[in-house]
Amino acid sequence: MNTPSKPAVFLERASYRQRRLRDAVRLLPIFAVVLWAIPLLWGAGGLTGPSNGHALVYVFGVWVLLIGSSALIVRHLENDDAAQSNEDID
Amino acid sequence: MVSFNALIFAALSYVIILFAVAFLAERRAAAGHADWLQSPLIYTLSLSIYCTAWTFYGAVGYAARSGLEFVTIYLGPTLVMVGWWWILRRLVRIGRSQRLTSIADLISSRFGKSTLLGVVVTIISVIAATPYIALQLQSVTLSFAVFAQSGAEAWDRADFNATAMWVAVGLAIFTVLFGTRNLDVNERHHGIVMAIAVEAVVKLLALVAVGVFVVWGLAGGPAEMLTRIDNSDIALWDQDHGRWISLIFLSAAAFLCLPRMFQVLVVENADERHLRVASWAFPLYLFLMSLFVVPIAVVGLDLLPEGSNPDLFVLTLPLSQGQDGLAVLSFLGGFSSATSMVIVATIALATMVSNHIVVPLWLSFQANQHAMMSGDVRHVILLARRLSIAAVLTLGFIYYRMSGGGTALAAIGLVSFTGTVQVLPALIGGIFWRGATRIGAACGLLTGLIIWTWTLFLPSVGVDAVISQTVLANGPFGVTWLKPQALFGIDGLDPLVHGILWSMVLNTGMFILGSLMSFPAPLERLQGAQFVNVFERSVAAPAWTRGAAGAEDLLIMSQRILGSREAQAIFEREAERQGLTGYLPEATPAFIERLERELSGSVGAATAHAMIGQLTGGSVVSVEDLIAVADEAAQILEYSNKLEAKSAEQERTARALRDANAKLTALSIQKDAFLSQISHELRTPMTSIRSFSEILRDGEMSAVDQGRYAGIIHDEAIRLTRLLDDLLDLSVLENGQVVLNEQTGELSALIDRAIVAAGLHESDLEIVRDRKKEAVVLSADLDRLVQVFINLISNARKYCDAANPKLAISVTKSLNAFHVDFRDNGSGIAPENEQLIFEKFSRISDQSKAGGAGLGLAICREIMNRLGGDVDYIRRPEGAAFRVTLPKERVGAALAET
Repeated sequence: MNTPSKPAVFLERASYRQRRLRDAVRLLPIFAVVLWAIPLLWGAGGLTGPSNGHALVYVFGVWVLLIGSSALIVRHLENDDAAQSNEDID
Repeated sequence: MVSFNALIFAALSYVIILFAVAFLAERRAAAGHADWLQSPLIYTLSLSIYCTAWTFYGAVGYAARSGLEFVTIYLGPTLVMVGWWWILRRLVRIGRSQRLTSIADLISSRFGKSTLLGVVVTIISVIAATPYIALQLQSVTLSFAVFAQSGAEAWDRADFNATAMWVAVGLAIFTVLFGTRNLDVNERHHGIVMAIAVEAVVKLLALVAVGVFVVWGLAGGPAEMLTRIDNSDIALWDQDHGRWISLIFLSAAAFLCLPRMFQVLVVENADERHLRVASWAFPLYLFLMSLFVVPIAVVGLDLLPEGSNPDLFVLTLPLSQGQDGLAVLSFLGGFSSATSMVIVATIALATMVSNHIVVPLWLSFQANQHAMMSGDVRHVILLARRLSIAAVLTLGFIYYRMSGGGTALAAIGLVSFTGTVQVLPALIGGIFWRGATRIGAACGLLTGLIIWTWTLFLPSVGVDAVISQTVLANGPFGVTWLKPQALFGIDGLDPLVHGILWSMVLNTGMFILGSLMSFPAPLERLQGAQFVNVFERSVAAPAWTRGAAGAEDLLIMSQRILGSREAQAIFEREAERQGLTGYLPEATPAFIERLERELSGSVGAATAHAMIGQLTGGSVVSVEDLIAVADEAAQILEYSNKLEAKSAEQERTARALRDANAKLTALSIQKDAFLSQISHELRTPMTSIRSFSEILRDGEMSAVDQGRYAGIIHDEAIRLTRLLDDLLDLSVLENGQVVLNEQTGELSALIDRAIVAAGLHESDLEIVRDRKKEAVVLSADLDRLVQVFINLISNARKYCDAANPKLAISVTKSLNAFHVDFRDNGSGIAPENEQLIFEKFSRISDQSKAGGAGLGLAICREIMNRLGGDVDYIRRPEGAAFRVTLPKERVGAALAET
């Protein structure tokens, strides 16, 4: 991430970062679907699946990961909807 | 042991607290202190109505029966929230810009403000929600029964029914009180949202408290808990893969399509930024809600006697351990889950029913009498909404009584979800695909509704209730490929997966097919563009043309929907915007559209559109209007193109003027110089003439001197005459009064004449000629032509500054002209002067070498123009060159004469 002591010399750097954050926000649900689809592979090929505890920890672990990532991204994502306040027609 | 009466007391106190919270929130909002009522936290908590009593009690039962599958119901919404950028952001923006009141309004508004689609979506929603509401009543009743039975009171059927009825009545009162205070659905229901937020906290606390008690109090810590889970009889991961994926999809889709979720997500949204916080905070809420489900199920199965209902473990586990306080908290949590869901669901459904069914019906009855002018629509709509609330709850109650309240809770929940989700293709297609049409949406919705009813809803009511066992096994009338749980002969699927799969596939297919094959009306296309391009803020074409509606009629109608104060405020604002005094604005199309949007916040897009349509004489947008709009744009474009062309032309003219001006300025300077020159020229001979004539007058001189002086006077007089002759000559030529004497002669003779006349014998200028080429007979005013030649030759004599001055005279023929070139070997004429030398009074050097007045070349050009030819300066690397051009026909004519 940017070093806070030095302000960005190029404006592009900040907006570049914003665009990548937006990409991250878009990709996050896809990432989540893939992770939560992995349990479908458990027990494939005649192997025994994971124990109850492991299954539980995996599903909930992915959940925590998602919540954390989402919070992190949203924190740094600037509000692009500056125009929304005058959206309402009075 | 908690007495049943104590429980009733606790429940009633809780309800009173909720009433108080709602009341205070309304008061605060009315006083203008709504700031923290509209915080992201409250928004996130209000989303928790997704977690109903079904999830509060049912999740544990679900986990006990099917292991980890229960978690899919939370994973779907988590995906939707985490992926808020894709769909929710768009939905919320559309909801705010279009002032949507419900999901039926969204579909109806998107597809050309269609009343029919609004009705279809409303019906689907009511059918799907009724079992769900019944479920909530059942769970509250069951939880009451648990306490009653633990107090050794055996409940019979009548007790259950009475409890359910009282719960329904209480909920109806609460909802009517706080849900229909104002008509504009877009104005937030602060009281209800606040009460829901409190309930959200209570249910989370209750479930977490029971969970903490189970993990730390009963199991002895997380590590022991995990071992216990590993050793438990429940197989957590024994998944039918189809179900895992289908249920995640189903819950995600339901999260978007449930009317109550749409209400809190979109309609009650006060600020789009709240979505950003909710994108991680609500998944966190869901995570906490489901974290302890498996532990409670495992420990409950271990500790409670065989055969106890796992759906009620959350209550019975603390009760069996003597934790009465915890049990009451848990009871309140379940109660909260049920009531908050029912309240919001009823408001959402009631809005849909009143806006899309009751009001359109009422309007169609009133239309004949032009009754728009009488009666208060506000009361009608509010009454419709209140009655709808009562009706929805009554339906739920009836369903509860008819179903007998016995089956496992979760099964009905999922069937109900699948029904709701039938709206999904139209919803997603509507906000992402401009090509989606009303016909397509209607086809998809109806197909989905039919498939869902046949494959899931009717079988779920119970075997032999509607569909008999034989139909279930062999299909209707023995048509096996129509078997409700094995459509098209595909057997062996889980009935739920089967229903989801076929209803969604056929629904989407019909939606796409119908959209591709139909042609949308203009209004549909306008709305489609506005929905799909909501972030581009494109300028919408006005949906109204200037109709017959007067501002006064509009005001009267708006007053009866919005209330007089509100309506007058809107009209006054508009009048001010238009710069009018008074309170009645012009009924411009833009204003009518704004007003319609305002009204649609109260009665829905389709109804608002219809009402305004009645007043404006039904002059909704037509293809012609759209073409007119396009024409106008084209005209503006054309006009601006014209302007551009004009301005380019003006620029050209300006440039020409600038050039002309520069030339004039230069000439004027030349002229000034010439004037001083000519006075000098006139003055010099005059001075000598005067002084010598004075000497002659005085006499006393020799005859020789006398002769010399008289000669000087004569010479000077000749000089003066020549100058005056030139001036006269030019003015005659310029005025076109010259008379040309046609003569015939040979060119070489003319040049000879000119050379002699130019006085070359006195100078050292060498003439180079090619006499053969000069053998051309001409017919023209030869004296004038010779004058031109003389001028050019004497110019060369005067101005050629070479050491050995030479003048080459050559004759060339071109296609239709003769050219006589005079080239010297001097320094030539500077390029900037080339244009000036042919002007009158122009002289390049200010030295008056030969006493010329700068008229020579001007006269030459005038003469040549008269003779039909021209004289030009030719730019060469060295020396000056003049070209005299004579047209050939003149020559030819001369040849013919000889």
